[in-house]
Amino acid sequence: MENKIEVKNLTKIFGSNPKEGLKRLKEGQSKEKILDETGLTVGVNQASFKIEEGEFFVIMGLSGSGKSTLIRLINRLIEPTAGEILIDGQNITTMNKTELMNTRRKKLGMVFQKFALFPHRTVTTNVEYGLEIQDVPKEDRNKRALKSIVDVGLKGYEDSYPDELSGGMQQRVGLARALANDTDILLMDEAFSALDPLIRKEMQDELLTLQSKLGKTIIFITHDLDEALKLGDRIAIMKNGHIVQIGTPEEILENPANQYVSSFVEDVDRSKVLVASNIMKKPDVITTWKEGARAAIKKMEDAGLSSIFVVDKQKNLKGLLTIDDAIKAYKNNSWVEDVLIHDYHTTSPDTPLNDLIQIATETKYPIAVVEDEKLKGIIVRVSILSGLTFGKVKEEVTD
Amino acid sequence: MNYFHLPLEEWTNRFVNEWLIPVLGGFFDSISNIVGTFISWVTNLLLFLPAELMALILIFLAWRYAGVGIAVFTFIGSLFLGSVELWDAAMQTLAIVIVATLFSIVIGIPIGIWSAKSPIVNSIVRPILDFMQTLPSFVYLIPAILLFGLGGVPAVISTFVFATPPAVRMTTLGIKQVPTDVVEAARAFGSTYWQMLTKVQLPMAIPTIMAGINQTIMLALSMAVIASMIGAPGLGSVVLAGISRVNVGLGLTGGLGIVVLAIVLDRITQGIGEKTK
Repeated sequence: MENKIEVKNLTKIFGSNPKEGLKRLKEGQSKEKILDETGLTVGVNQASFKIEEGEFFVIMGLSGSGKSTLIRLINRLIEPTAGEILIDGQNITTMNKTELMNTRRKKLGMVFQKFALFPHRTVTTNVEYGLEIQDVPKEDRNKRALKSIVDVGLKGYEDSYPDELSGGMQQRVGLARALANDTDILLMDEAFSALDPLIRKEMQDELLTLQSKLGKTIIFITHDLDEALKLGDRIAIMKNGHIVQIGTPEEILENPANQYVSSFVEDVDRSKVLVASNIMKKPDVITTWKEGARAAIKKMEDAGLSSIFVVDKQKNLKGLLTIDDAIKAYKNNSWVEDVLIHDYHTTSPDTPLNDLIQIATETKYPIAVVEDEKLKGIIVRVSILSGLTFGKVKEEVTD
Repeated sequence: MNYFHLPLEEWTNRFVNEWLIPVLGGFFDSISNIVGTFISWVTNLLLFLPAELMALILIFLAWRYAGVGIAVFTFIGSLFLGSVELWDAAMQTLAIVIVATLFSIVIGIPIGIWSAKSPIVNSIVRPILDFMQTLPSFVYLIPAILLFGLGGVPAVISTFVFATPPAVRMTTLGIKQVPTDVVEAARAFGSTYWQMLTKVQLPMAIPTIMAGINQTIMLALSMAVIASMIGAPGLGSVVLAGISRVNVGLGLTGGLGIVVLAIVLDRITQGIGEKTK
């Protein structure tokens, strides 16, 4: 896929003589040493990464790690000291004022930690702002604003002022304002950090839904690993202005690049406390082979699955039936028993989550939780990740 | 402490008499003409309107922006001004206040915006404002006479000098108070300098700017009274007459007239300021 954003050796040094700092950074001197000897603060240290179109890219780090500086460098709210930022192949760092303004208008939406709404404008005129400054005709911008207001679930509040809304609703306005411009890229700076946990979770879920619907490329800043794991297709972990590791949530949990990352991961490491039975789903979508291929296909269709476990009357696990095989069996009028596959993974209910991560990244089928040959539950990849993230039991499993 | 003699007095006088007046006299004359014309328009307008109509306008504004109480006060105050035969004097003072305030706003607010946007301008403007505000107001009166003669024009000019600082300062403050993340948001969406100013910074600064304008009006009123010493017509000249003739009654009547005008103007402009929040 095409790279939507490419960042090469992006560096920001705050202070009066950034060139000196840049020279020292290239010699490999540390941020602390540069600060001690020159008084220069290194905000971002030679960050490089590529983001694909439609990717959800999370940048995670503690306060002072340079993550907020990094996201502001991308739309040049802060001027970079060195390095390149390519957006759709165009280098934004060399653009003049007008080109930069147009790029911000057409390509880069932004959502802020403390919402940063215009208090003197209503919800609608807040959302319209980006279109208004581009001189989009009033009727057209009104229509587009209304669409994003509906998208974020704020219908009915069009004429309210920001101070009449709760924090969660204000951030919805912030999101709608960024969406109304219909930019491909959304920059989200700790967008949910100021919200209380319940609202935050709700907003995360809705953002994921919106993202799958609209296919935006999102750069999301957070200091919260749980949030990063939940949202990110890939996560970049920052420390002292430096990107320490970039990888998928699984890669980061499984192979922390260094002590710093692993100390992060340990903090939230539910993989050691949770076991398979905590996160498995009730095996309610199963079939017996006597029901035949037709019934199995129907069940898969209803549940939206591409494979289904097959058991006998005593709930002894017999095998896995994929949709392709089931259709083949149905067409050839052959027995389900003959097309079952057996190369899926099984595990016992008390296997630690830690041991399942590796399996989950390799297998394309759900993991069967088996005790005394009986199927007790099913674990899909997403339940491992959400288990790691929230440590919650998703569904009570009863026999 | 007298280590050397600094002839500041002689220098200043020589500068004014030998350079300022001969060289820039024509310039000051044309300012004088413009300001003079403006004052007589406003004064004539205020005096042309029947006192009853003018009073009704003031009562309506008071009711609209400051509530029933102040409207009633304005009604009683207008009756008082009419009954002590100070209506015309009050309108003359009001005319000087209006003209001086308009100059203060038209010149002060852009300077305030400029110094909010540029630290260099701010560092130049601030000491000048300090100077304008702390120099005793009587001191402006002398050059004002020299450059503009006697009457309404030097009154407006010195009132303008005295009353402009709050308009500048509060505009700067209002714009600087706009939260940085809101300014950042406006930039991130691709606002031009002008869009940022007119769509975000100024609208959000308006309550603060209005408070500055209210202060400007109050200062203008107090200076318009003092300016009676250089021949400004109005309530101040009534008080001045009271002082020079040691006439307690005349002084009190003129003084109460000023109080009435001050309260009405203050409450109405404050009310307008609060409505913009």
